[in-house]
Amino acid sequence: MEFLRRALNPWGQDVPIGVSWDLIWAAVIVGAVFVVGHALLVPKKTGKAEVDPDEARGLPEKLQRHTAGARGFHWSMSATMFVLLITAFFPVVGIQFPWVTIHWIAGVLLILTVLYHIYHVFAKQDFWAMWIGRRDIEEGREGLKAALRRPGAKRPRAAKYPVDQKMFHHAATIATIGAVVTGVFMMLRVDNFLLPQNMYLFSDAVWGWIYVVHGVCGIGLIFLVIAHVYFAIRPEKRWMTWSMINGWIDRDRYLENHDPERWVVGDGGPAKLEGTGTGAGGESA
Amino acid sequence: MAVIRDMIPPFELFQPAGVDDAVRLMREHGDKGWVLAGGLDTFDWFKDRIKRPEAVIDLGGVDELRGIAVGDDGGLEIGAMTSLTDVAENGDVRSGYPLLAEAAGLVATPQIRNQGTLGGNIAQDTRCWYYRSGWPCYRAGGNICYAATPRSMNREHCIVGASRCVAVNPSDTAPALVALDAEMVVASTSGERTYASADFFIGPDIDIERMTVLEPGDLLTSIRLPAPWSGARWYFEKIRDRKSWDFSLVSVASMVNVEGGVISDARIVVNGIAPYPVRATAAEAAVRGRAPSDETGQAAGEIAIRGARALRHNDYKIALTRNLVKRSIRDAA
Repeated sequence: MEFLRRALNPWGQDVPIGVSWDLIWAAVIVGAVFVVGHALLVPKKTGKAEVDPDEARGLPEKLQRHTAGARGFHWSMSATMFVLLITAFFPVVGIQFPWVTIHWIAGVLLILTVLYHIYHVFAKQDFWAMWIGRRDIEEGREGLKAALRRPGAKRPRAAKYPVDQKMFHHAATIATIGAVVTGVFMMLRVDNFLLPQNMYLFSDAVWGWIYVVHGVCGIGLIFLVIAHVYFAIRPEKRWMTWSMINGWIDRDRYLENHDPERWVVGDGGPAKLEGTGTGAGGESA
Repeated sequence: MAVIRDMIPPFELFQPAGVDDAVRLMREHGDKGWVLAGGLDTFDWFKDRIKRPEAVIDLGGVDELRGIAVGDDGGLEIGAMTSLTDVAENGDVRSGYPLLAEAAGLVATPQIRNQGTLGGNIAQDTRCWYYRSGWPCYRAGGNICYAATPRSMNREHCIVGASRCVAVNPSDTAPALVALDAEMVVASTSGERTYASADFFIGPDIDIERMTVLEPGDLLTSIRLPAPWSGARWYFEKIRDRKSWDFSLVSVASMVNVEGGVISDARIVVNGIAPYPVRATAAEAAVRGRAPSDETGQAAGEIAIRGARALRHNDYKIALTRNLVKRSIRDAA
């Protein structure tokens, strides 16, 4: 299996022209193996754990986990991402349709969505809530032991965002930014009403690497989407998926899965973020 | 880069005797195989060493792909390996489909028409010299169209239908077949299927590396023509740089039904301006119910060029298209 597609340009230089399409299937296979392996190795946890009544005291029954703005961003990004992946890869695997215009328009919508998210994170949310700190690493280590069924290991309670969710967020951020930045340059090579065509902005080799990075990020997103959808439908994670639809989680889920010291909730009000001390309704990502 | 050499790189030659054998071999070799019909497009590619197939499947011995037969509905079925000369000179074609006979008779030279086939003429690759020189353009699997850059030599390229690639369809018979509402019959190991001629040709927005729906393993076996339009007028004109042995810059094919002095139906198809033969459907709608006059033709021509966008060196194609469409209505005989 090759990783890059290369060609001789008119000046006889050997330049990359894109990523090998074999990697699409590699991403699908790796994603499928991950899903099957995880489903077999990690036991499904059903039902709710007992919660400490003392911790529950003073907490509302429903705690806001995602604001409407955050949910809007998530689902907008999901829709554009699916459109982008379908328009990018279906034609390559033989399902052909006029895809280019749909693809770049979806890409522009994704950029607008990401810009909104960046604004929302800095203006309305706590940027550091998604940061991976020392306690997250500890949480990850313990969580891995529990997933591997090590004796005595127990998955620790997380801050507002579990470390695996933070890792997914960062991987998706890198892949999305890579695809978006290279995609903007690639729009200089397709007919669109936003940017004038300019084939000569870079050398053939640089253009080639732009296509390679775009392809690698896109293929990486295939794997990430497979993993994300898998976790979204796993029984013990569905409460998180529901919270992305209706915005809230119930008190028992909160106490079962979140450390009240790391995700601080005010008296009777919506959840507040760990370390922010900001008012009710504080929200991240 | 393309370097014409006297030796063609070696390949394994297969000479099937029937369609079943041919499609089996084509499936066996997939995209490593090459279908040889008349050989007029093929040997350029081979000598330039741009295409280096491992296996060549020569259809020269498949007799069932040759010939012109009258169907039960009064239409014609023309085998894909029928020579262009036979198509141009056949009595049934000349009487029922003079548009096709004219188009086939204007292909290249008598020698080429003797050797070239109708199927090959329809399915031939584009003549874009950047692509045919072996440069890694979109159509060759790369990431650029060398003909669409600001300094490109793109006099022969497209004015509509571009999607990253600006190459044009070079066939003379294709616009005639689309105007005649022909059907293409395609065989593969999974069976036979037919395509309306307008659907047979595809643009780079759908697949930038192909000009037709034919995929590796697909064999165009015949072209079916529906029963001729009774008393319909037709028009074909091919504009080229030389009177002979040249591809068209722009060509137009039209079928026009006139009843009571007004156009009741029309099909106008222009080639050489897009990666596929373009049906001027808006112009067709505009001429229905009007007399086939100079004024009607002028209106059709103006409508046909709506949305056309010239590259650096081919703005003449816009005026040429307008005038050809005008003549195809005004002068349809």
